[in-house]
Amino acid sequence: MARIELDLAHAYKPNPQRDEDYALLPLKMTFADGGAYALLGPSGCGKTTMLNIISGLVRPSQGRVLFDGKDVTALTPQLRNIAQVFQFPVIYDTMTVAENLAFPLKNRGLAADRIKQRVGQIAEMLELSGQLDQRAAGLAADAKQKVSLGRGLVREDVSAVLFDEPLTVIDPHLKWQLRRKLKQIHHQLKLTLVYVTHDQVEALTFAEQVLVMTRGRTVQAGSASELFERPQHTFVGHFIGSPGMNFLPASGTADGIEVAGTMLRSPRAALSSIRNFSLGVRPEYVSLAAAKADGAVPASVTQLQDVGTYWLLTARVGADTLVRARLGGEQAMPKVGDDVWLQVVSEHTCYYRNEELIA
Amino acid sequence: MKPVNQKAWLLILPVVLCVAFSAILPLMTVVNYSVQDIISPERRIFVGTEWFKAVMRDDDLQGALGRQIVFSLAVLLVEIPLGIMLALSMPAKGWQSSAVLVLVAISLLIPWNVVGTIWQIYGRADIGLMGATLAALGIEYSYTGNATQAWLTVLLMDVWHWTPLVALLCYAGLRAIPDAFYQAASIDGASKFAVFRYIQLPKLRGVLMIAVLLRFMDSFMIYTEPFVLTGGGPGNATTFLSQYLTQKAVGQFDLGPAAAFSLIYFLIILLLCFILYNWMQRVGTADKPGAGHG
Repeated sequence: MARIELDLAHAYKPNPQRDEDYALLPLKMTFADGGAYALLGPSGCGKTTMLNIISGLVRPSQGRVLFDGKDVTALTPQLRNIAQVFQFPVIYDTMTVAENLAFPLKNRGLAADRIKQRVGQIAEMLELSGQLDQRAAGLAADAKQKVSLGRGLVREDVSAVLFDEPLTVIDPHLKWQLRRKLKQIHHQLKLTLVYVTHDQVEALTFAEQVLVMTRGRTVQAGSASELFERPQHTFVGHFIGSPGMNFLPASGTADGIEVAGTMLRSPRAALSSIRNFSLGVRPEYVSLAAAKADGAVPASVTQLQDVGTYWLLTARVGADTLVRARLGGEQAMPKVGDDVWLQVVSEHTCYYRNEELIA
Repeated sequence: MKPVNQKAWLLILPVVLCVAFSAILPLMTVVNYSVQDIISPERRIFVGTEWFKAVMRDDDLQGALGRQIVFSLAVLLVEIPLGIMLALSMPAKGWQSSAVLVLVAISLLIPWNVVGTIWQIYGRADIGLMGATLAALGIEYSYTGNATQAWLTVLLMDVWHWTPLVALLCYAGLRAIPDAFYQAASIDGASKFAVFRYIQLPKLRGVLMIAVLLRFMDSFMIYTEPFVLTGGGPGNATTFLSQYLTQKAVGQFDLGPAAAFSLIYFLIILLLCFILYNWMQRVGTADKPGAGHG
């Protein structure tokens, strides 16, 4: 178990000049001992690079990696005592489940009875006890993934367990089981876990801290509710939530703020003096309002979808801004083409300038 | 009752015809010859299984078969490990890998009889590089005079000619192993040998099976190279099955025994390939001893 500190940057090309040349822009980051972290972002955002730097498979082109204050930048994954679970299950085809689990211990020269005991414990924990003598190659994908996780967990002194999109090849109905298993193991063993994914549900349910990444940069680190309620960056607003946050162009004037052509009372005094900014509001917090209500804008409904437990309304505000709203099914729904008023300003509304949160 | 669609027969007819004309009919001619004594094109006598019995008792044939089996085993024992080692030491990417691939493939592009000629010259004590070098080192070497040396030269020639095929197949197999396996092995603290034993070798099983079958069948049918190099000699030290067969059929014009012998030869190859294939399949997929197959 270890506290992991990163202070580094990485580029796969030599001699990086512009931001685009970096896979990871310069960053400083601390993963607390025993914490559960998720790295969330679209493909190519640098999350797997960061994971491989932590594990030691990739050496950062600048800076260093500290485990419990000790510089491990030059150490191999084996010396760092890292466990890693990959996207596709990695198992040793010719071995049984028990031999697979024993492999890392055997390589480290542990006594046979100690290995047996440890393999038994881990198999018990992962519910693999019944399959110990089976060939690992014949298992289903989820069991294989458990075996590759088990190979990480058998080592008692493991510093951290890293997951690189481990549920990609697992059937949806088994995903939640495996995820629950992971949380359970985290509670039992108090290991530092770092989990890479592009699936927000996976990240938000698994981790205490989610790092949202885009283009080689961590734009926000926080709990699920922080990311949902107060996105620090418009990317987080877009990426988290289904559908993502609505953004409306706005501009401050002496009389208040103009939002997509409608004058509203300024919700915060400071906004009146800012020329161009965006107003961000989650579809969950947009509601139907009475005509000319305070904080509401006129809109014309372009689409209405029944999504089972709620209605998803899409409406055009001003010239070309689309706003989505999640509306409960119990109220009277407008029809496509209707003119409605949508409440966009509330205590949940965020304000952005140059993509960064300002208020 | 389930309706039977007779149209299917019509659809496989072209394939049946092709196979019939290319394989089954020629084979049947051989079967036809093997049960007759052909005295002249007009006069032939049905002799039943007599040729088969005669051929099976033939000492020369048994000798050739023995030499053939030993040769094919030697070919496999040398070429398969050597090909794997070669593939493991070839660079994985960059221009070096392309360059090495071309270099390795060169011997595969040379026609069989040219390979024989190359080695015939290469081994000559007066003008050949290998022959002259050995002579200069004081080693008496002659592939025409010494039976053991002739046999070894044929083996060396085959290794030189065909190991690259094994290497190329293994190289392709190695490149198909995802990086995650190596990364996981490095995290698990596996030694280089363990990586080979538990990752690379199991993942190469498919291509190795093809390599073994190809090299076995090909070496079992070897003809041109020893024919050019030694002509089967000295004595009959390098007379392998196909050369013996050719002598019988074309040299002595014993069509009946030659046909009977071809059929036996064909069945031997078929049987050995079948055994090899099944054995290799089982090695790769069976459970631990006592737990699975039986």
